[in-house]
Amino acid sequence: MSANARPTSPHLQIYRWQIQMVASILHRATGVALAAGTILLLTALLALASGQPAYTAVHAFCASWIGTLLLLGWTWALAFHFVNGIRHLLQDLGWGLLPAQFVRSSWIVSISSLALTVLVWACVLAQRGGV
Amino acid sequence: MNELRTPLKKALGLGSARQGAHHFIVQRLTALALALLALWFLWIALNVLHLDYAGARALIAYPLNALLMLTFIIMAFWHAQLGLQVIIEDYVKPAGSRLSLQIAVKFLCFLGAAMGALAVIRIALGH
Repeated sequence: MSANARPTSPHLQIYRWQIQMVASILHRATGVALAAGTILLLTALLALASGQPAYTAVHAFCASWIGTLLLLGWTWALAFHFVNGIRHLLQDLGWGLLPAQFVRSSWIVSISSLALTVLVWACVLAQRGGV
Repeated sequence: MNELRTPLKKALGLGSARQGAHHFIVQRLTALALALLALWFLWIALNVLHLDYAGARALIAYPLNALLMLTFIIMAFWHAQLGLQVIIEDYVKPAGSRLSLQIAVKFLCFLGAAMGALAVIRIALGH
């Protein structure tokens, strides 16, 4: 047996999906998404620095359906990474490390990230004055 | 059991990579800073959405907002680099692409932070 064909430890496909696993995977995935999302933040800041035409273009992109979809996804990614990040910081302090607490806090962050996203977009739509 | 580490080695606590818990600590410090800054950032983002060009520029140019935006950008790219580094260490096996990716992420994160900082400074100084 060559070195490359050696048996490996069980990976994702072998495990039953659990909420703790989902929270852990999503923390990394949203982290990568947020890193990519900084492109939009940089674009907006550079446009704001460079002048009105560039800023108007960025504003139009954000108002388009693809821009809105990206902003919606980015809002949830930020909400999840924020709430789950606080959970991780509390766990680093030794809080909530028992399996039952771990499962419960994973559910809490998952649901509250969605609630936060809805809340933020409710504010956006209320300010805009409808959909 | 044999104790192979010298007392000095144990006291320094730097491990085999000579970095100790530095990465772990900085990742959490930047996380704490970003958790606080995210609340301010949300407030700014919700306000900017409904302002015209001059209004948005004035909001970011306001000294406290410019300062916090600059801090937010530096912390965000620092935190992103630390997080992406761990993800690459975990999932990218071939040594060549692993090293290239780590270098690319470090360069891009620094470039992003510098670009954002320059933009905020230009806005703040009105150039």
